[in-house]
Amino acid sequence: MTTATDTTPAAPVLSVQGLSVRFRMRGGAFVRAVSDAHFELGSGECLALVGESGCGKSVLASALLGLLPGNAETAGSALLGGDIDLLSADEQTLARTVRGRRIGLVPQSPAAHLTPVRTVRSQLEETVRELTGTPKPDVRKAAVAAAERAAFPADHLDRHPHELSGGLAQRAATALALIGDAPLLLADEPTTGLDRDLVERTVDELKRHTGDTRALLMITHDLAAAERIADRIAVMYAGRIVEQADARAFFGEPGPRHPYARGLLNALPEREFTPIPGMPPELADLPAGCAFAPRCPSATPACEELPLLVDGVACHHALEAQRA
Amino acid sequence: MLELQDVTAGYERRAPVFRDVSLTVAPGEAVGLLGPSGCGKSTLARVAALLHRPDAGRVVIDGTPAGGWRHRAPRAQRTAFGVVFQQPRLSADPRLRLADLVAEPLRANGRSAEVADAVRELTERVGLGPELLGRRPHEVSDGQLQRACLARALILKPRWLVCDEMTAMLDASTTAALVAVVEEYRAESGAGLLAVGHDRVLLRRWCDRTVEWDGLGASPGE
Repeated sequence: MTTATDTTPAAPVLSVQGLSVRFRMRGGAFVRAVSDAHFELGSGECLALVGESGCGKSVLASALLGLLPGNAETAGSALLGGDIDLLSADEQTLARTVRGRRIGLVPQSPAAHLTPVRTVRSQLEETVRELTGTPKPDVRKAAVAAAERAAFPADHLDRHPHELSGGLAQRAATALALIGDAPLLLADEPTTGLDRDLVERTVDELKRHTGDTRALLMITHDLAAAERIADRIAVMYAGRIVEQADARAFFGEPGPRHPYARGLLNALPEREFTPIPGMPPELADLPAGCAFAPRCPSATPACEELPLLVDGVACHHALEAQRA
Repeated sequence: MLELQDVTAGYERRAPVFRDVSLTVAPGEAVGLLGPSGCGKSTLARVAALLHRPDAGRVVIDGTPAGGWRHRAPRAQRTAFGVVFQQPRLSADPRLRLADLVAEPLRANGRSAEVADAVRELTERVGLGPELLGRRPHEVSDGQLQRACLARALILKPRWLVCDEMTAMLDASTTAALVAVVEEYRAESGAGLLAVGHDRVLLRRWCDRTVEWDGLGASPGE
């Protein structure tokens, strides 16, 4: 169930074309957080967007939800279900028809996402009321059902967020994200700070909720979590998607093709455990050419030119590297 | 030798998080402590670093029992520990520039004269360029801030390092880089390490020995 293209001609759940986001700073400088991102996401598909902190992946998520701060400028398009461009839609459209209804957000650090002064039940009931138009007498039952769907225990419904463990808070947030029955689930670092067992349970649940009818975009720095559930992997470096690949090919054979992606995998403790030398460039001061060249073992003068994303990889040396 | 003997600790007198836990780290040894979220392993790490007073039990550092906790610990014992926490944002004063953040332990110990050289050497070692040292925490990424926190932990050249989920917020490459810095320091100084975490693969690769929280004989508090 990698793509839906062979069975239906329907529009992809999400089609992002040439998405760029830059922030205007004081003094007229720009921070280019996302540059020219392209990807598509079909029903039943899970795409993991991986990269280190500060690479622009969370900004991409905010752009899709229309939650960018005022000094942000966007370019490109992000078509949701083939009819709404998330980048040009006005706030009213986004608030009334998109957030919660067509995109469910599974947030980073759920403990901070939930309202601290209200119980989980009251937050679930409010969301049910707002999103589904359930008649008043049935709201309570619908909220309990919503909790059950995310395996949130019914006897914890009357607790406040601070009385929940990290795993249960995560489930409460997931339950809220699922209520609107949105075709696209957007999970922004859903596993940060959870232990390994909880990470696995959380991503397995996300995968289960995705099923065959939804699409899941998971933004994460946790490669093990990505490997566990993703159909495809997109690797982001310094605001650009530098590689897109089938997850099995990426984590198995033939492995990643971009030198940054290869370095990231080799840094895992179950592999070579060697870091990539150096640090990523500042997004306010990106080089004109390949942003990874200063850290890259196979950099040549050719890298002074920006590599295009060809055949899923943006690198002048992808082919040689693969042979090596 | 860092010895924790029959430690009972928690945040409420009548309901400790754990009871009667013992753990020993030999000089120069790296011990990884594995356990699930909420089991009390971070509390044990804080006890080991003299940052939390246990309800019962003893901590013996290189043959001398702990003489106090937190600011009441004798200076010689307090400065024998370098500690790195999980969340760099919560463990860095947001008002300090990174250079001052790293230098703070030296200044607090009246060794301001050494600041310039020590900060230069350590920030280089953890991979922070000079252009980052003038920034405040909100102007750098989690990974960059954690690099500064590690430099701060090493600046007094501690005999013992306590790393509590040091890499939980970090990507694979930054994780490998920071672990390499810790190991390089340990190789030249002979410092011992207590690394607490839930990533089995990481701690097995990093440490000489890993212990499971369940194997420590901890009885639950309640």
